Amino acid sequence: MTTTGSAERPATDLGFLLHKHPDRAQEFSTSHGTAHVFYPEAGPERCTAALLLEVDPVALVRRGRGKGRGGAPDSALAQYVNDRPYVASSLLAVALGAVFSSALKGQCRARPELPERRRYLRIEVPALPARGGPELVRRLFEPLGWTVGAQPVPLDTRFPEWGDSRCVSLVLEGETRLADALRHLYVLLPVLDDAKHYWAAPDEVDKLLRAGEGWLERHPEQELIADRYLARRRRLTREALERLELARLAEADGSEPEELDNAVDEGADTDERPAPLAVRRREAILAALRESGAARVLDLGCGQGQLVQALLKDTRFTEIAGVDVSMRALHEARRRLRLERMPERQAARVTLTQGSLTYTDPRLSGYDAAVLSEVIEHIDPPRLPAAEYAVFGAARPGTAVVTTPNAEYNVRWETLPAGRVRHHDHRFEWTREEFRTWAEGVAERHGYTVEFRPVGEDDPDVGPPTQLALFRLAAEAPATGAPKAGAPATAKEAAA
Amino acid sequence: MTDRTPAPAPASTPTGTAGPAPARTTALAVPDLSLVVLVGTTGAGKSTFARTHFAPTQVVSSDFCRGLVADDENDQSASSDAFDVLHYITGKRLAAGRLTVVDATNVQTEARRRLVRLAREHDVLPVAIVLDVPERVCAERNAARPDRADMPAHVIPRQRRELRRSLRSLEREGFRKVHILRGVEEVAAARIELERRYNDLRHLTGPFDIVGDVHGCRAELEALLGRLGYAVERDAAGRAVDASHPEGRTAVFVGDLVDRGPDSPGVLRLVMGMVAAGHALCVPGNHENKLGRHLRGRNVRHTHGLAETIEQLGKETAADPEFPARVGEFIGSLVSHYVLDGGALVVCHAGLPEKYHGRTSGRVRSHALYGDTTGETDEFGLPVRYPWAEDYRGRAAVVYGHTPTPRATWLNNTICLDTGCVFGGSLTALRWPERELVDVPAERVWYEPARPLTADAPGGHEGRPLALADVHGRRVVETRHAGRVAVREENAAAALEVMSRFAIDPRLLPYLPPTMAPCATSRLEGYLEHPAEAFAEYRSAGVAEVVCEEKHMGSRAVALVCRDAGTAAERFGVTGGETGALHTRTGRPFFDDRAVTEEVLARVRAAADGAGLWEELDTDWLLLDAELLPWSLKSAGLLRRQYAAVGAAAGAVFPGALAALEAAASRGSKVDGLLARQRERAADAAAFAEAYGRYCRPVDGLDGVELAPFQILAVRGRSLAAVPHVDQLAWLDRLAGADGTGLLRRTGRLVVDTGDEASVAAGTDWWLELTEAGGEGMVVKPLDALVRGPDGRLVQPGVKCRGREYLRIVYGPEYAREENLRRLRERHLGHKRSLALREYALGLEALDRLADGEPLWRVHEAVFAVLALESEPVDPRL
Repeated sequence: MTTTGSAERPATDLGFLLHKHPDRAQEFSTSHGTAHVFYPEAGPERCTAALLLEVDPVALVRRGRGKGRGGAPDSALAQYVNDRPYVASSLLAVALGAVFSSALKGQCRARPELPERRRYLRIEVPALPARGGPELVRRLFEPLGWTVGAQPVPLDTRFPEWGDSRCVSLVLEGETRLADALRHLYVLLPVLDDAKHYWAAPDEVDKLLRAGEGWLERHPEQELIADRYLARRRRLTREALERLELARLAEADGSEPEELDNAVDEGADTDERPAPLAVRRREAILAALRESGAARVLDLGCGQGQLVQALLKDTRFTEIAGVDVSMRALHEARRRLRLERMPERQAARVTLTQGSLTYTDPRLSGYDAAVLSEVIEHIDPPRLPAAEYAVFGAARPGTAVVTTPNAEYNVRWETLPAGRVRHHDHRFEWTREEFRTWAEGVAERHGYTVEFRPVGEDDPDVGPPTQLALFRLAAEAPATGAPKAGAPATAKEAAA
Repeated sequence: MTDRTPAPAPASTPTGTAGPAPARTTALAVPDLSLVVLVGTTGAGKSTFARTHFAPTQVVSSDFCRGLVADDENDQSASSDAFDVLHYITGKRLAAGRLTVVDATNVQTEARRRLVRLAREHDVLPVAIVLDVPERVCAERNAARPDRADMPAHVIPRQRRELRRSLRSLEREGFRKVHILRGVEEVAAARIELERRYNDLRHLTGPFDIVGDVHGCRAELEALLGRLGYAVERDAAGRAVDASHPEGRTAVFVGDLVDRGPDSPGVLRLVMGMVAAGHALCVPGNHENKLGRHLRGRNVRHTHGLAETIEQLGKETAADPEFPARVGEFIGSLVSHYVLDGGALVVCHAGLPEKYHGRTSGRVRSHALYGDTTGETDEFGLPVRYPWAEDYRGRAAVVYGHTPTPRATWLNNTICLDTGCVFGGSLTALRWPERELVDVPAERVWYEPARPLTADAPGGHEGRPLALADVHGRRVVETRHAGRVAVREENAAAALEVMSRFAIDPRLLPYLPPTMAPCATSRLEGYLEHPAEAFAEYRSAGVAEVVCEEKHMGSRAVALVCRDAGTAAERFGVTGGETGALHTRTGRPFFDDRAVTEEVLARVRAAADGAGLWEELDTDWLLLDAELLPWSLKSAGLLRRQYAAVGAAAGAVFPGALAALEAAASRGSKVDGLLARQRERAADAAAFAEAYGRYCRPVDGLDGVELAPFQILAVRGRSLAAVPHVDQLAWLDRLAGADGTGLLRRTGRLVVDTGDEASVAAGTDWWLELTEAGGEGMVVKPLDALVRGPDGRLVQPGVKCRGREYLRIVYGPEYAREENLRRLRERHLGHKRSLALREYALGLEALDRLADGEPLWRVHEAVFAVLALESEPVDPRL
């Protein structure tokens, strides 16, 4: 942090403001290591104060919660190879708050007039982790009057194809009060970092309000700042509970936890932008279920329970079974539905269980109807026959409602690059023709009739955004409980 | 025919005769699996009787259950709950196949009806033993008991009236044996005699030759018996009347001897002779059942080949008028299924779920004869057969017939031997315990089938998913090398998610590699891991020779390589044209593009052709454990996010930080120590970036991709997990040598004698050389691969010994500083080592099950468990 000055107003006033003498190098111990303050230059024209946080990497890992066996932290909670010792993260913000606490409050006992003064400041943060990149860095600092220089740091110059890291080399310049500058950093460093770890304090709301006083309320990105600042804690606890086993499997595979644990969308994805489509899809499904007269309904791939919630509102559905393979999704569904607090009679209508469409499961048979809403496109094509058998051959619901995106419609999504699928986990997206071919094959193989319905606006050229197939168990159709499986018995007396 | 376990007519004969009690004891016959219902008024001595004749745990008493729910054995208001408990316990015992005695008054019809229903639900026989003791005796006994002294006087007379009314109706109520003991003396003189069920032939251990549906094909039967080594004996007229095996083997017929074919009487004569002589066993088929009813004069339709049999019998009767009667008697004597060979083998006509094995009820008999139907009908209006074999998970092999199929194949430890001889197929026998199939072709089509024989074994169909119950929840997997391995529920849940969403078809996934423990922590300065520890560990485990194998830094890969798509279809049941699979350690495909996978498989296949491995290993598929390089191929995301990000941040921060410190130092600030430390940190960070960068390189398609196989896990019919590593590596050297595409990479190795200092030093030097040249390190394995220690337990199949620079990637850039090493040495290896052994045992188990041709669910169970264990919490740096 550099400031300039003149003979009357020497730059070394910075020392008074920071309560750190320019001729001394000082060190302070903080919860994650040692913070050092020193001055590379200190003259009347220019004075630079440097804060260096020496993080203890081994202690950092040991501090991680949720210790795994073997006396070490668990992978999901503490990355043992970690950029924390090198970047300006929430750890640095915490150190900033501790080392410069008076300056942060705008207090200076020796020279009480100094803190109120606006002065030229240049702040360099050589490695600032910034989710959102230089663009977001600018959006956060520019409204506060800073001139922002933000250079992305390449991941590895030996492998240019890897692109940039999430770190930005930041230079801020502006005329401001030092206390404001420090508060900006105190709040915005962790907001940009948006890291998952090392955040435990319970009074974060108060801290945010205090540090944001005078600038946050007018900031155009106020919502994003508050969200990120406060959301981290909630996410931390959720992750601590749910992701460990999967994270370990990802670890074993040399891949990132997110690669496996992606059943629940954290934020907005490229999934259908206008929420109304999800609503219209649910309405179409509910209408089909009501027509069928179903009372006992399976929601296969229930995700976070949106459809289950809708089904609960209609008492004709007396038994609603939500099934998903993702424990995380089920946990989320349970939380949303508030099952524990639901009146007993209502709660008795719902069950949420882990299940899989690539295994047969006798618990799923005997239902009036099954819904597979936006599910099949998450199954690898080679595994589709297994899922088909599990649903139509083994569970054999009276009615089955299957929805899936219509790939033809993708050209109508302005934000979706050509040739891309709507969700990163979609293993395929079908045209109407492809869906029809599959669904008619299923119906024929398993003794169902099938009809197709559009969901959402039915575009004359490319069809509707979502396609729905309504399967009904054919009353007189061959029962294919054992399709191709051994000769259907000739009459009892005569077999073999 | 009947299931004779119970006497056909219930033995309701009063066991004791009227009049004075005989002095001698009287035996009461009780089947060894039955529900014994004691009937008698209060004070009749039921509890004493039960105590005298049965083990305490076999007796469930209503008084005891009253005590359980109400703290008072005489609290009549608790009776309803008490009987719920009684029925529940009784049900659990019967389900487990345990003889159970119900000690309650049971004088009321309704009480007994519930018990009879319970017995039937579990397919065991209800037996009643009535203790008919004079009122006076009962009253005296009650009066002597303080807790019953104030029982109302009308209770006993009322119970006696109910008892007397009951006596006549017990058989009608469904009791298959009724023993009535009249008076105190008869009660005292009674003795229980357990009788074996007729279907229980566990004491017969064979060896057996089980023969499929004959349907009157006498010539083929004689030919088959001949091929099996039986000597056929003939009567004066040259007709086969018996056959015996010189080694004393026993033939077992699965039924449907008659109908449709040319000589049903001839088949009957031969089989009846063999059974009478003790050379054969026979269970009835539905065709025998129908013929038996015809012979008893019932009105049955002469369809499905019965007309032919009746006609043939007619001719027979001319010569031998007694023959039909003997046939009727024979059929009447047949028992619907047999449990043989210590319980390992069950034979019946139409298949039998495990819960019916050794049970006795109409339902069991009906299933044994006709199989299960779904209640639905097919397009011809005929009942649809339920694919029971698909659900079968029993330990006993079930051998049956009934459904004609082109070829007998095992499905879930069951096999149908009906290969449609009468329809022009073949007559098949199974040698037990050898499990060899022997067949003879039909001489001709004797009878036109109503429909073509189906291509699948009954119940088996490719593409059918496995059952969730085989993998879900807390499970224990029995392994032959390490006993029972438990999988916890939360780990199974995680594995289910990955297996369902990301893994390849389980049919192509017969193995997942186990995790590997590092060697013990080194105390040598500057080292966390050092080969000296690995050699010492094996030496102390009594392993003299180990092989050090170069550790390739890439991603673990398992390759299933079939010789062609036909092999993949035949052995692994996949029909999409794939010739194998290449997957990660969690079962995910390495390449999204199937064509790339196929190209890798094709190159390995070509190398195997060139190396002559197919012939040498007598196989048409190979299962390889390997490493796929470069690391950056599969782990690009992780590299970028976790490793490169660290290098990038450090690279960005240090120049400025060092410049600032140097400036401050030049001003006279006391930052020397700090500056020196930051310089070291900067150097460490650079070394870190250097370390991970070594294992990254861009690839273009398969150019630059390498596969380094280090073990052939299995080939057709064999697990190779116990083949010494030098032999393994010799095969793999030849494989790599025969590869002209640059895909396959040889694995460097050095054999070390753990007891020889010079050899150990050479091993250490080799490791130093490898790691100093940038290698990841090495794996030290017992030369003999599968080794047990002095305690009989499995020895670690390998320990890894990672290089100093490589460990920076694992423990962080600054790990190697002594102050950090000091703390890092406090790592605990116990859990990791135990995990490695458990996963190893599961992997071996999967390979053994694969080799033995066990059903897919059995292989998958072990594979799934490996994946589940991989999600157990353990320090990921180990």
